[in-house]
Amino acid sequence: MTNATQASAIDRTAAGSGLFAWMRWDYVLTVLVAVVVLAIWEYLPGLAGIPSFILPPASMVWKEFLRALVTERLVGHVIHTGLAVLTGFALGSLLGMVMGYTLGLSRRAEFILSPYILGLQIAPKVAFAPLFVMWLGYTIYPQILVAVLIVFFPVMVNVLVAVQTVDADLINLARSCSATRSEIFWKIQFPASMPPLFSGLRVASTLAVIGVTVGELVGGNTGLGYVLVYGEGQANTPLVFVAIVLLTLVGMVAYFAVIAAERRVLHYMPKPAAQGF
Amino acid sequence: MNGNAQVIGETPATACPQPERRRETRLEFRGVVKRFAGTGRQEPVTAVTNVSLKVGEGEVVSIIGPSGCGKSTLLNLSSGLDKPNEGEVLVDGSLVSGPNEHVAFMLQKDLLLPWRTIQQNVEFGLEIRGLSAKERRERSTDWLGRCHLTNFAHAYPRQLSGGMRQRAALARTLAMDPDVILLDEPFSALDAQTKMILQRDLAMTLVETKRTALFITHDLNEAVSMSDRVLVMSARPGTIIEEIVIDLPDRDKPFARRADPKANRYVARMMELLGLDRLDLLPV
Ligand SMILES: Nc1ncnc2c1ncn2[C@@H]1O[C@H](COP(=O)(O)OP(=O)(O)OP(=O)(O)O)[C@@H](O)[C@H]1O
Ligand SMILES: [Mg+2]
Repeated sequence: MTNATQASAIDRTAAGSGLFAWMRWDYVLTVLVAVVVLAIWEYLPGLAGIPSFILPPASMVWKEFLRALVTERLVGHVIHTGLAVLTGFALGSLLGMVMGYTLGLSRRAEFILSPYILGLQIAPKVAFAPLFVMWLGYTIYPQILVAVLIVFFPVMVNVLVAVQTVDADLINLARSCSATRSEIFWKIQFPASMPPLFSGLRVASTLAVIGVTVGELVGGNTGLGYVLVYGEGQANTPLVFVAIVLLTLVGMVAYFAVIAAERRVLHYMPKPAAQGF
Repeated sequence: MNGNAQVIGETPATACPQPERRRETRLEFRGVVKRFAGTGRQEPVTAVTNVSLKVGEGEVVSIIGPSGCGKSTLLNLSSGLDKPNEGEVLVDGSLVSGPNEHVAFMLQKDLLLPWRTIQQNVEFGLEIRGLSAKERRERSTDWLGRCHLTNFAHAYPRQLSGGMRQRAALARTLAMDPDVILLDEPFSALDAQTKMILQRDLAMTLVETKRTALFITHDLNEAVSMSDRVLVMSARPGTIIEEIVIDLPDRDKPFARRADPKANRYVARMMELLGLDRLDLLPV
């Protein structure tokens, strides 16, 4: 980190209204892109002669959404999926953090456990979904479990590397003040691991949605994954699209929740050049 | 940098030179040898060998020497972060067996914690030592003032320039109120002007607060203008090959000292000892 770039980063706000005008233009363009994409989606299938059971136009998906909202009780499915995502994300992240800090602080624990953890990561966790359904039945638990398994790894790796790469001189500084191991952890290693932890959590938030969806696809009678399979069984392409869009929205809510938390916790970091991600 | 040339602290009424008398020894090395076990296929290295030195109360002693000769190793031994293989290191007459309250160090890196404000950073060591919040606040406020950082007490490190960050690191070190301050190339990452301002401020603070310091540097002018004595080390395995007593007035005014013709003679002598006068031998 060079000091020059750091110093210049402070007064980005001082750039004032010019910058703001530019930002507002960006928002306008973002919305414009959405409008264009929707327009293409609406009219291109018809113009290209693609039948609507293959690629339904946007308006048809919208109508199907309104219908399903009432007759398929979509809200309930969204809540179910959202709850599973939240639980899977929270438990998986917690487990990843606990493992990451443990392995990061103890070389021995890392040495002993790392082959198994690596094995678990390489194993296609999605393939466990049917097994979990067999064990736990048509409940929310297999879905949460798949999410936990997928979420766990990126969080753990980020935390592990962060703890291991803390500047040795910082730790020496604390040691020279006669800090105990727990003080070194709470005052240096833990806060130093926050930025990588949040990068891990961002990835984890999107992976949690994938985990839950797979769980719902394989077994269950609730959730957006189930709606997806149900729509497929009925050859109801618009309903499949509705489910995909809603799943994406659930993922985005999860992702931006992580970003919001990150902005609060890491307020001391320089603002990223590009806003929004 | 804001160019306020204001003197830190009160009026320099007692700035007259102390009478030359036997001072109490603060830091002492007795026949110290430090070896590092080689990792894997590497040979073990003897970083320093047979180092004996004394730093008296209120004295500033500089150490110069070629890169890798073990200067930073001496600093780690003084702070108790490392233990010698042979010989002993004493601070205030007692054997150094681990980190202790008597010494504090400052490095080329500022080691400021990015998630703490400048004031919280200055209070870091005090917090670990268990001082009350009120006491910490008082001390940190005092040192921030002396280091011209009062207006940045609540800023985060990223909002400060390199020179200001190094000032904050100095404030953190001095706030610990150590008997011996260890400085490892504290200004070598700064630009020439900032470096001179910080040298001046540090020199004044050291004299004013009568601090004892071991100062490691690569800058021969800095060594001459800041210290009472300079110890010259040989290449690895490092050992002290010469002690140069800097017989110049006004240790609190490094600029005045630098302008003294005698200073140049000291620098020339050091260059000779380090082999820097033989320009043809210098690595490009
Ligand atoms: N922890 C360590 N393990 C192994 N070798 C080390 C360790 N610390 C230092 N050394 C070796 O000891 C020697 C002296 O290192 P030291 O950092 O004290 O040098 P230095 O004089 O401070 O150099 P510089 O002027 O470049 O800062 C070097 O050869 C270095 O490789
Ligand atoms: Mg060094």
